[in-house]
Amino acid sequence: MAEKGSPIVLEARGLTKRFPSVIANDQVDLFLRRGEILALLGENGAGKSTLMNMLYGLYHPDEGEIWIKGEKIALKSPGDAIARGVGMVHQHFQLVPVMTVAENVMLGSETTRRWGMLDARAAARRIRNLSQQYGLQVDPEAVVEDLPVGAQQRVEIIKALYRQADILILDEPTAVLTPQEANELFRIMRDLTARGVSIIFITHKLKEVLAVADRIGVLRRGRVVGTTDPKTATEASLAEMMVGRQVLLRVEKDDAKPGRPILQLNDLRVNDDRGHQAVKGLSLELYAGEILGVAGVEGNGQRELVEALTGLRPLAGGTVLIDGQDTTHFTPRQITELGVAHIPEDREKHGLVMPHPISDNMVLNRYYQPPYARHGVMQQEKIIADGEKLVQKFDVRTPSVRNTASSLSGGNKQKVIVAREFSHPTKLLIAAQPTRGIDVGSIEFIHKQLITQRDDGVAVLLVSAELDEILSLADRVAVLFDGRVVKQLPIEEATRERVGLLMAGSTEA
Amino acid sequence: MQAAGGLDKQFNKAMLWYWGRRGVALALVLLIFYSYWQNPQLTTGMLNAMLRQSTPLVLGALCGMLGERSGIINIGIEGQMLLAAFVGFMVAATTRSLIAGVVAGVLMGAILGLFLAFMAVSLKMDQIIGGTVINILALGLTSFFYQANQTIPGKLPIISLGPLADIPLIGSVLFRNPPITYLALILVFVVHYALFYTRWGLRTRAVGEHPRAADTVGINVYRLRYMNVIIGGAMAGVAGVFLSLESVGSFERAMTNGRGFVALAVMIFGRWTPLGAWGAALLFGFANALQTQLQFGGSLQIPYQFIGMLPYVLTIVVLAGFVGRSRPPAAVGQPYETE
Amino acid sequence: MANEPASSAPTNPLLVFLSRLWRSINVPLIAILLALTIGGLILILSSANPFAAYFALFKGAFGSLTSFGRTLEKATPLILGGLAVAFAFKAGLFNIGGQGQLVFGAIVSAYLGYSLTGLPFPLHMLIALLGGALVGGLYGAIPGALKTYTGAHEVITTIMLNFIALNITDYLSNGPWKDTGIVARTPAVLSSAAIPRIGQIPFGFFVAVLIAVLTWYLLYRTTIGFEIRTVGFNPHAAKYAGIKVSRTVILTMIISGFMAGMGGAIETLGVVGRYQPGFNAGLGFDGITIALLAQTNPLGVIPAAILVGAMQAGSSQMQFDARVPSQIIDVIQALILFFVSADAIVRWILRSRKTDEDKVTLSTGWGKS
Repeated sequence: MAEKGSPIVLEARGLTKRFPSVIANDQVDLFLRRGEILALLGENGAGKSTLMNMLYGLYHPDEGEIWIKGEKIALKSPGDAIARGVGMVHQHFQLVPVMTVAENVMLGSETTRRWGMLDARAAARRIRNLSQQYGLQVDPEAVVEDLPVGAQQRVEIIKALYRQADILILDEPTAVLTPQEANELFRIMRDLTARGVSIIFITHKLKEVLAVADRIGVLRRGRVVGTTDPKTATEASLAEMMVGRQVLLRVEKDDAKPGRPILQLNDLRVNDDRGHQAVKGLSLELYAGEILGVAGVEGNGQRELVEALTGLRPLAGGTVLIDGQDTTHFTPRQITELGVAHIPEDREKHGLVMPHPISDNMVLNRYYQPPYARHGVMQQEKIIADGEKLVQKFDVRTPSVRNTASSLSGGNKQKVIVAREFSHPTKLLIAAQPTRGIDVGSIEFIHKQLITQRDDGVAVLLVSAELDEILSLADRVAVLFDGRVVKQLPIEEATRERVGLLMAGSTEA
Repeated sequence: MQAAGGLDKQFNKAMLWYWGRRGVALALVLLIFYSYWQNPQLTTGMLNAMLRQSTPLVLGALCGMLGERSGIINIGIEGQMLLAAFVGFMVAATTRSLIAGVVAGVLMGAILGLFLAFMAVSLKMDQIIGGTVINILALGLTSFFYQANQTIPGKLPIISLGPLADIPLIGSVLFRNPPITYLALILVFVVHYALFYTRWGLRTRAVGEHPRAADTVGINVYRLRYMNVIIGGAMAGVAGVFLSLESVGSFERAMTNGRGFVALAVMIFGRWTPLGAWGAALLFGFANALQTQLQFGGSLQIPYQFIGMLPYVLTIVVLAGFVGRSRPPAAVGQPYETE
Repeated sequence: MANEPASSAPTNPLLVFLSRLWRSINVPLIAILLALTIGGLILILSSANPFAAYFALFKGAFGSLTSFGRTLEKATPLILGGLAVAFAFKAGLFNIGGQGQLVFGAIVSAYLGYSLTGLPFPLHMLIALLGGALVGGLYGAIPGALKTYTGAHEVITTIMLNFIALNITDYLSNGPWKDTGIVARTPAVLSSAAIPRIGQIPFGFFVAVLIAVLTWYLLYRTTIGFEIRTVGFNPHAAKYAGIKVSRTVILTMIISGFMAGMGGAIETLGVVGRYQPGFNAGLGFDGITIALLAQTNPLGVIPAAILVGAMQAGSSQMQFDARVPSQIIDVIQALILFFVSADAIVRWILRSRKTDEDKVTLSTGWGKS
């Protein structure tokens, strides 16, 4: 652990970055000492990633200075940052899926012989050395897209070490890990700092900050609102700093009153885009008036499961019953008309048509029915009037429903989808990552809506990579691993540790 | 843990592909020898025609590949070839030097490559529209500046490679050709090697698959895309001067006849690899040679228009059968934004 | 346009209308001016006087009632060709196959026009017109089906189908449907199938304008139009919304081909009077320029087509008066296309920002979406 007197290796002075519609960073001051772990905490949209992208040379600050190892530097590109020993592990891994680990690691810092010929063997040797030295297990010959996310993350860290980085920026590295894997990452981080590497660790998870950081900086709306010591801080105090008001860490709800079975899955099998089976014989039951949380590390079949249930992806086997009706071969429209609402995982890809007005997006799956269409002609007045009502009711912040969906912020985009999906009679609600990447206010709002739906007798299937979200909302938890449900637990028995072990494939827990 | 069934199936498919291709190749070689035994003159002629007809296609495919491997769709190959053919011809006609014509045509191709890169990379224009601009512009400029009654001092000559050229069948097909036909063969192997075994190739493939990842390790995505599209343009330029200075020996309006588009199908059929594209180009070259043979051989009672359709029908069949089964570079067609 | 977002600045309805109009035509106008300027530079380079040339061009297009009639006559198939491209654009499809669909429409209408006998005037004309358009639509369905079922990109397949169409029509007009005599062409269509003129103005022009208006209504007021636009903007969301993407793609291509085919039929029945090889070559490319000049708006296609039609109608006058090869208009058209699509340049001149609604995405790779 770094001492108070360790030299400062990285410093930001008055960094400001403006985008057309927002000031992402406003006069940010920050420093990092040699060998310390600085945790940077902030909710989605607080400007953490923008700040890090400036320190890494991907964005160029509008104002302010960056000092690295006592030298003031204008970073023109990531190449400049790399040359000064800055390495970054991005939230979305920056790996080329079709290439091998070795190719990915050496890309940009290639070992070559004459005429620019690649020396793949030398590179593989160096990777093996690094991998042994730091206990980061990877196979240089493996193709990246075949690796699980945990291994991909190790490749990213090796990529930075290969370039001899001694300042490491980790952007939300635990988002894709089980609690146990996260602990393993923390061990590696401490190991690295013991060898003189300095780390900036970005997260919005309070527990992790308290577990691993030497010092904590909190970012809110693009400004540093304070730094604190993990020894004196508590989860509640951090949450308040982060959001600017008191936050209820626990969602309040009554006990569920489950009714008849609404969703019955029997031996469901679904293929992924590459034709490999991603859901491998999954069986589940979901009852009216309860929330079933599907926990699991991303990439264990969640996406394929949801797409199969909503008719977007054909089944490779098994049956789906919705409220007693066999929907195995139904189209998306038939399923919607049965009373199934769907909050899709990727709201910009599936949930909204960006260039369409908000009002059209509000009727995206009802546009062809009365009162929105008569004899094939769209009834614009009605569409706009109803859109205005929904914008009011669901607190979508926009000057007009005629504005395009692309003009909205992330949280408001999600509210448009929620408004649309909750505005018609529903038996089954499938919510995939419903609060990903949105601000705390919108998260609280959407959580309340989910509980309200449940209390109205809707069966809710909540698929989320945020374990805390599932533990606070669900009445039952089903843990997904490698395309199967490894265990179903009532919420009382679902502790973080137990679910974490199950997520990693353990069947003992 | 992997499902054994899936792997098995994949393995079987791979084996089928591997042995299937070898089987077809063997059958072809046997067929060629049989045909040579039956009619040496016709066979040599056909194979030679196949090789030469494939030359502009493989060059065009290399042009498309250099672009697509780094993420830029080049639908303007047709126009690049056409304008290069024209400029090469005009320069050769005014300077009375074929070499000057070749150089000018290749330069013209490179300039059009620069123009496409400017539209696609800097202006972030839709790449298909950018290519279409080049096609229409080339058609307009060549018609506007076209002058009848221009001639050039002959065509690029056939160069026989010494004793190699005297080997029966192989010698007269492979080693008795005009210079650009040789050049295309060399380029196929050079580009293949460069693409898969050099630093430039690794970076090119990374930029075409995941430009952001390349950017984050300090690779200049824009510069690499510019460079590749310009080099690609030069190759389309070579294809253009092949048409006007080596193959035909004059310039005709719209003389490219869709070859730039067929080249894209050749590239796809060849799975975005130079060697694969070469094989595909030979297939198309064979279809062309067959067409010429049938048209002038006069032994078949098929209207010539139906024979003339052959390469185009083949292109559609190839596209329909092979796209979707092989994977194009992931970032193809998308402009890259740094911020 | 129909879905313009409410702008915050002016509230006076007239001002609102004018500002919207300006915003929808500023890019094309500047693009035309830039293209004419560069075209003028090329003319100077080839030692011609650009002012004399442009003046002759204008005179040839609008100088008299006859020349104006010729401009509208040229504009008629261009409107339909432009609509075919613009309409397909709305579904995210780039139909470069207008040429092939057009020649099929032309030869089939010619065939129906000369081979059916004993039918009265409007009926025979309608049958020949719609028959040609329908065959154009069916020919357009091929690349649509290839795209949805095999993933073959329509840009290449439509171009290949153009070459195939040329060969087939060449065969028909030189074989089974050949007129007596040595020239390869079909017999002349009967007078009962001919599209008449109203004074100097060809009646077909009004048909084309009507189709443009109907296309606008279809796109912006009906559920089919909503489906087409949704598929064009985001096929994933369209699927999520329950729209059958493959059916929409094929339907769009059929309608697009129908319009191109009708362009060929009107030209045949109203102007040329028969089919012969070399018929209206280059219309497919003209359609692209017109569609983009119109910012893919069906109503904008009308003035854009009249502009291009005027250049075509006036080019012979220009060649005669100013001794400028008429092919300069092809160059100018290419430049217009460049500047309209390189709107980054024009917007930089105007200092205005691009809105999301203007976005058309075509280059989504070669695979299935």
